[in-house]
Amino acid sequence: MVLRSDDVDTSVMVSSADRETAAAPGIPPPEDVAMSMQHAYLLYGKKTVLSDCSLDCKRGEVTCVIGLSGAGKSTILRLINGLRRPQGGHIYVNGSDIVGLPERDLIEVRKKMGFAFQGAALFDSLTVTENVSYPLYEHTKLSPDEIEKRVDDTLESLGLSDVADRLPAELSGGMQKRVGFARAIVNEPEIILFDEPTTGLDPIMTNVITDTIRTIQSKLHATSVVVMHDMPSVYAIADNIAMLFEGTIIASGPAKDFRRSQNPIIQQFLQGSEVGPIPL
Amino acid sequence: MIAARGRPFPLRFFEYAGGLVELLEDSLRYILTLRFRPSQVLSQAYFLIVQSLPIIVLTSGFTGLVISLETVAQAVAYGFSNLIGGSVAYGTVRELGPMLTAIVFAGRAGAAITAQLGSMVVTEQIEAYQSMGSSPTKVLVVPRLLACVIGLPMLTIFADIIAVYGGYYMAWLQVHLSSHAYWNSVQNFIGFDDFAKGLFKAAVFGLIVALVACYEGFRTQGGAEGVGRVTTQAVVTSIILIFAFNFALSFVLFR
Ligand SMILES: Nc1ncnc2c1ncn2[C@@H]1O[C@H](COP(=O)(O)OP(=O)(O)O)[C@@H](O)[C@H]1O
Ligand SMILES: [Mg+2]
Repeated sequence: MVLRSDDVDTSVMVSSADRETAAAPGIPPPEDVAMSMQHAYLLYGKKTVLSDCSLDCKRGEVTCVIGLSGAGKSTILRLINGLRRPQGGHIYVNGSDIVGLPERDLIEVRKKMGFAFQGAALFDSLTVTENVSYPLYEHTKLSPDEIEKRVDDTLESLGLSDVADRLPAELSGGMQKRVGFARAIVNEPEIILFDEPTTGLDPIMTNVITDTIRTIQSKLHATSVVVMHDMPSVYAIADNIAMLFEGTIIASGPAKDFRRSQNPIIQQFLQGSEVGPIPL
Repeated sequence: MIAARGRPFPLRFFEYAGGLVELLEDSLRYILTLRFRPSQVLSQAYFLIVQSLPIIVLTSGFTGLVISLETVAQAVAYGFSNLIGGSVAYGTVRELGPMLTAIVFAGRAGAAITAQLGSMVVTEQIEAYQSMGSSPTKVLVVPRLLACVIGLPMLTIFADIIAVYGGYYMAWLQVHLSSHAYWNSVQNFIGFDDFAKGLFKAAVFGLIVALVACYEGFRTQGGAEGVGRVTTQAVVTSIILIFAFNFALSFVLFR
């Protein structure tokens, strides 16, 4: 691929103490773990974004990643999708390590994944329908009629039927977001990555989105990784919660245990308090 | 390309050249295996080439006028009016036609390509293509590259013709040079091969403009400011490369 996925200066790599964990061989995860990130390191230039970051996502479950803005949550999703390559560590998707895979093989991995971007990332020269049908035309052998039906159904389930023929620039931010969401799930992927799917939406649309995530979950038995801040939505959809802080996952576990965590960082985050161990 | 960014210049130069070559290789893989949509090449050609026609007509027209203006006075004073048509055509077809067209094209089409791809980077659209398993090179670079490589020689044909006609008009206006004398001189000075070599140059310039513009666009970082920066950089870099390659090609082709 031509896009240099990062301006990585490998000479600055990771500190020597961390180098061993980063270089250690990966351990293929058990069958029920669809995505396993192990000791991942990612730097932009000299700035460390992820360091020794490990996260497992169980197959068929929703894992929510929470954390402060700029903590590197979107970066985690990009690593899982192979849009960025870590400088160290391993990322297993459906049992095989995608770190170091050539671009051509990553395409196969990505076809089974949906990615709903934080800013919707709609193709601005294409209409809503064309945007949502894009992955189907690219990757499936469905007939145009079947594609049309699938796209119509998806748009309808997200309340977007009325805007099917509009261009992205003619939609509100929230609507654009739902179209991006439709485009990510229309392919019925095995793994779906949602980057802040509800941020900036009104409470009703937030409910529609969280319901949709749950519905897709029960219908497709997909594995979802959702980045979110807003705790009520997180509790509504998460099977597991993982908290990212200072470049690493400091805690992860079933959603119901998470609330009772004694970890002061987690407590401060959940309460949204200004006082505590998190530097402002 | 020139802006200092910490690392030594030779290193950045080779990195840049390597990046362009890599992008070219990647594009050729799709072009040679015919994995592109002709309809997309056409729509790019319409936007990049057809819509550049007015500005090319203007710039080449004035160029022809001014060469003739300068030559006519000298030629008449020294009694060489049979050289007027030839000197306009010679300079235009071999050098100025391809080069000026390419420079104007870099400013109009190259900048448009970079700004468009750059804003697609900023709004995550490039990553969206990748995340759906599509190659941005295939979808975005290949149609633009083909449109530029095929289209810039066509624009150059227009530019050549208009400049030479402009030269004739100026000569007629000033000294009522007969059309026979002008066109005879043109034919004596240039042959078809000069014309063809000029068009070959134009194709190379089209490749340079498209490659640099796409490469810079993909390199965009940051928001609107970043888009502005790479757009300027793309125009500057392609103009420098056009001058350098024009010299090198003239050296090789016209010796
Ligand atoms: N392409 C990039 N180049 C340099 N720094 C980046 C780039 N992308 C993200 N960053 C930096 O990495 C950090 C994490 O970004 P991100 O993953 O988007 O955070 P989050 O999604 O948690 O808000 C931020 O500090 C951001 O400035
Ligand atoms: Mg983010």
